[in-house]
Amino acid sequence: MTLASGQSRRLTSDASIETAPSFSPDGSQIVFESDRSGSQQLYIMSANGGAAKRISFGDGRYGTPVWSPRGDMIAFTKQSKGRFHIGVMRTDGSEERLLTASFLDEGPTWSPNGRVIMFTRETQGVTGKANLYSVDISGRNLKPVPTASGGSDPAWSPLGK
Amino acid sequence: MKNRYRVVLIISALALAACSNNKPGSYLDGSAGTTGSGYEAGSASDPASPAYFQQTVGDRVYFAVDQATVDGAAQATLQAQADWLIANSEYSMTIEGHADEQGTREYNLALGARRANAVREFLTSRGVSGDRLQTVSYGKERPAELCSAESCYSLNRRAVSVLNNVNF
Repeated sequence: MTLASGQSRRLTSDASIETAPSFSPDGSQIVFESDRSGSQQLYIMSANGGAAKRISFGDGRYGTPVWSPRGDMIAFTKQSKGRFHIGVMRTDGSEERLLTASFLDEGPTWSPNGRVIMFTRETQGVTGKANLYSVDISGRNLKPVPTASGGSDPAWSPLGK
Repeated sequence: MKNRYRVVLIISALALAACSNNKPGSYLDGSAGTTGSGYEAGSASDPASPAYFQQTVGDRVYFAVDQATVDGAAQATLQAQADWLIANSEYSMTIEGHADEQGTREYNLALGARRANAVREFLTSRGVSGDRLQTVSYGKERPAELCSAESCYSLNRRAVSVLNNVNF
């Protein structure tokens, strides 16, 4: 969609669930999730349209892809064997690395320097709560991000402030 | 570099706090101001009443994991809904599509929309005018039952038909 004109253009036309798009930093490409293969997987296509190329091929389901600020990686939510993970992979799908594992982790957002990812972690059951967590893309330094009363769906400011 | 990043957060803390305060199973679909309907539910013994629709006809149908297919049990309920709507033309209806908590937010919003649309298509195929049927998806955000087990999940994978009286 063009903000100035408000005009939108449809890029995909499958009957499948296609959602959670994220632009590459240069605006030329879009990464998104689709279940056109029968399960949720990640695809990259030109922002001008055309064919989409699948990049995720591991076990499980992949969703909510987010392009890194430097353009070299994709962060995502992965579900596998009843667990949720936040992970990263290169834009060609190689070097997949899972950074977290819990009952429910989702919705990664990149720090502007591309070294840290923040996400939502929800706990299980009737008393389940959502809180923000951060983790280095090395997978180390997992920690809660304190907020007054829980939180979800973080979005990191491009300025990092 | 600063020791600690300052971040701009979009926090749904209030909404989440509200959700987590609910007692298990206390959520009443369609009661959260989603439709703005103001009718009296009436007596369940009156076949033309919304209470009868909810309790006897059945206001909800259930789905398998990741599916939006209307199965045999759901078809029976929806056929009864269609018959009721045709007999009671003063009502329109909002079909709410829901999902269980397995899956990401965006995916479940899409899945809920798919379920609501599947119900809408079934009802229109049985003679209900599409003008009377609206759909909305709540994804996994409004569970009917709060537990992290299949016993709750199976009740949360649902489409709920909420009546609106067009005369109000």
